[in-house]
Amino acid sequence: MPIFDATTLPTLVVSAISLIIVAYAIISVKRGRGFEIREIPGLKAIDEAVGRATEMGTPVVFTPGWGGDIQRPTTIASMNILSSVAEKTAEYDCRLIYPTHDPVIMAVAQEVVKEASLRAGYPDRYRADDIFYITSSQFGYAAAVDGLISRTKPASVFLLGTFEAESLIMAETGNSVGAIQIAGTDSTIQLAFFIVACDYTLIGEELFAASGYLSQNKSILSSVKAQDMIKILIALFIIVAIIWATIDSTSTWWRY
Amino acid sequence: MRTKIPLAICFLSGAIMFLQYFSRHPMAKTVYSGILDWWQIIFAFTLFVGVAAFIKNGVKSISRRNDAPYKAVSLAGLLLMPILALIGGVKFGSPFLWVFDNMQAPMQSTVFSLLAFFVASASFRGFRARTIPAAILLVSAVFVLLGRIPIADYITQSFSSAAFWIQDYPSMAARRAILIGIGLGSMTTALRVILGIERTYLQGER
Repeated sequence: MPIFDATTLPTLVVSAISLIIVAYAIISVKRGRGFEIREIPGLKAIDEAVGRATEMGTPVVFTPGWGGDIQRPTTIASMNILSSVAEKTAEYDCRLIYPTHDPVIMAVAQEVVKEASLRAGYPDRYRADDIFYITSSQFGYAAAVDGLISRTKPASVFLLGTFEAESLIMAETGNSVGAIQIAGTDSTIQLAFFIVACDYTLIGEELFAASGYLSQNKSILSSVKAQDMIKILIALFIIVAIIWATIDSTSTWWRY
Repeated sequence: MRTKIPLAICFLSGAIMFLQYFSRHPMAKTVYSGILDWWQIIFAFTLFVGVAAFIKNGVKSISRRNDAPYKAVSLAGLLLMPILALIGGVKFGSPFLWVFDNMQAPMQSTVFSLLAFFVASASFRGFRARTIPAAILLVSAVFVLLGRIPIADYITQSFSSAAFWIQDYPSMAARRAILIGIGLGSMTTALRVILGIERTYLQGER
């Protein structure tokens, strides 16, 4: 039995190129080269959202959606934003409610919020009971979060993570109570719902760039820069393939 | 040590899962399915933690009279369903299945059906032609909506062609651009976690 599966060669080549680019970006930063990220309105509005909730004396609701589990990059990206939001809520002494559909996410979120409260200098403001598991049922979860939003009337709602059909149900409920809403997900279908129902939407890679943007950690920023370099390569590849296919319509090498 | 051991485990697990994808060797598949089995076992145990936290939270809320009726109903449901399953089984005609079919399924359908009304209210707000991009969105949406209903075909076939064109070209191009960004973002996030650059999951350490 061969060790290497030859059909995965194109994936291996692309992965190797991506790894080299990420390594190059990290090394560049370590040698003193700085990278900057453009302003992302959705992330800039986090302060405003938490500040508004504090002034109004209402809680902040943060939901990671129903569709994902902890190993999804979207959930990990959402945890990075949760960390910053939790730091601010601890600083302003504002209540943060985090209902989840997955007990593993609940455990990780509790640790993230606990550490963020500690980092803010207010470990006593961490409330473990406000980060809780509801149900793994999609519409059971949607109904519970809707009920929570309707009863507590939060000033700010964060919808960041993996969402499916429940996205618009939650976003419209948040809209109906007048909450400022910041949303982001990796589903293009749900993004369309968020754009019409929420005040700020993190589109595409903005959600994944959040941790670098919020922490200004140079290593993380370098990986975001690497992401842009890979995107330029992909764009060049697409342009070459379009020209090639226009000249020689029988050629299919670019399909791999 | 408290940080290094989880980072090493994360790196090894990530590297193994990455490399096994490129191998046809039976051992790679065994490792892959073994890791997935372990994930299921860990998840099953964390479910106990989740349910325990749910019960604790519910009891505390009832004792503080905070959302007590809602918590009482959810706790009653949580306790009732396993009891019914243990007494009458889960076969056709059992009390468990009766409750599922006549209470849980209709309630879920009700929440799902709310989506129709929410789509209408969100569309009403989204389609206000206050700016040029909003006007373009409105016109495109009208063409797509008309192109998707049978009555429009009786008037002219153009609506259907326009709807397909909008969906297959401008809409698909925008969607693919977003998908490329999402794919690359997912990949670099995964790489950051595997290489130990991203450490939020380690009690928020960065």
